[in-house]
Amino acid sequence: MKQKRLGRQTVVFEAPPRIAAGATIVGDMEGAGPLGGYFDLILEDDTWGEDTWEKAERKMFEQTVRRALERCAMQPAEIDLLLGGDLLNQIITANFAARELAIPFLGLYGACSTMAESLLLGSMLIDGGYAGHVACAATSHFSTAERQYRFPLEMGGQTTPTAQRTVTGAGSSLLVEAGYAGGAQFRHIFVTGGTIGRVVDLGITDANNMGAAMAPAAADTLAAHLREQNRTVSDYDMIVTGDLGSFGSEMFNELCRDKGIDLSDRHRDCGNMIFDLAQKVDCGGSGCGCSAVTLNAFLLRRMEEGDFTRMLFMATGALMSPTAGMQGDSIPGIAHAVVIERR
Amino acid sequence: MGEKRQKTAQEQRYQQRVNEKMPRSKTVSQCVRAFIAGGLICCIGQAVRVFGETTLHLDAEGVAALTAIVMVFLGATLTGFGVYDKIGTWAGAGSIVPITGFANSIVSPAMEFKREGLILGTAAKMFTIAGPVLVYGIGASVIVGLIACLLAK
Repeated sequence: MKQKRLGRQTVVFEAPPRIAAGATIVGDMEGAGPLGGYFDLILEDDTWGEDTWEKAERKMFEQTVRRALERCAMQPAEIDLLLGGDLLNQIITANFAARELAIPFLGLYGACSTMAESLLLGSMLIDGGYAGHVACAATSHFSTAERQYRFPLEMGGQTTPTAQRTVTGAGSSLLVEAGYAGGAQFRHIFVTGGTIGRVVDLGITDANNMGAAMAPAAADTLAAHLREQNRTVSDYDMIVTGDLGSFGSEMFNELCRDKGIDLSDRHRDCGNMIFDLAQKVDCGGSGCGCSAVTLNAFLLRRMEEGDFTRMLFMATGALMSPTAGMQGDSIPGIAHAVVIERR
Repeated sequence: MGEKRQKTAQEQRYQQRVNEKMPRSKTVSQCVRAFIAGGLICCIGQAVRVFGETTLHLDAEGVAALTAIVMVFLGATLTGFGVYDKIGTWAGAGSIVPITGFANSIVSPAMEFKREGLILGTAAKMFTIAGPVLVYGIGASVIVGLIACLLAK
């Protein structure tokens, strides 16, 4: 009985859930970028008064969820489910924030694809009748990610030109069932379907070239989505990827062309939108927070205002592990897509 | 198990394409910068040396020790003040190769992991970057020493 499923990977919702609100908190560098005016809170100090960066990241996760709820005048007790994750080992950011919020919680790890993963799962659970209000969130923090994945911050060295900068940012969305009539920041935004990504790995091993590692997964998910939905790129105003960055976007465009998909000018990448070139971030932004804050601060607001009516939000994750990397393994990629429409 | 998986044609094609198209490091300008920065650091070291010889009248061993101490102190202090990483961003290998870079590679993880405590943080992580250099550097010197010892007999 799979009546809400198209093909192998795509789901469509009978009663599409709404995104009622979104909230974002970012670091100072993101605040100084082109989207600076859209964020709810820009932190001057990346420890936010805490004694570790990890604690600051937790606080960002928790506070961004609380802010989204406030916009709908809701309390954590009214939320049926919290879905979210981050980049740190054992997703400690999400786990500890969930302890404070005390909302029933399913932790997710999809690397930088977490925002799309949480929206997709949350929408499926709402449409399935298992939840009415679902909070979705994802965070990343430049300083916590650097110390886990790379080198100490004070170590002097150069980045390679394909490197990307992990975004310090937390973004959350509040999903509500179609019939919801309470207060809301957004009144017209619906999640109508989505495509669950497969892990795709074309053998890229360079941890400083995550855009190239993720591009094949993004192309795979997009191709599956269009095939199973029987749509073309022109059915969307925008195809938004999470954090392919400039070089990853180039490879994504090429891989799509190989599959006979012409993206023309419809493709945008959050990693390219969040920083500008003068900020010296090599190939752009990355991290769970990158797509989470770009979606919730910028894209949803533009959509609510009517700038566009249908987008495919496809957050991309490099499922990188320092351990696997040291053992010579490649970096598998994944991309999950959600169809977000204005109605 | 343990056997390396064969690359598929698709993987090969993609990796080749990535290698062809990816943005490259600006090797020439980076070499020039490394030469300037590394040269400057060495000039400072040489000045310390000259100072030790002419003003402090130290012998050869004393001068070598003084120079190493001063340069490591400078590297460590600039790391502590958050300056050395900025130098490194500009200079690349120019500030990594000299002994100041060695100091930076020890002090930076020591600072960063202070929050995990003095034992399991600072002390345990201090040599995560410099450790391999020490292990193989000291190891090589032992081997070379043994060979020299045998040849001398």
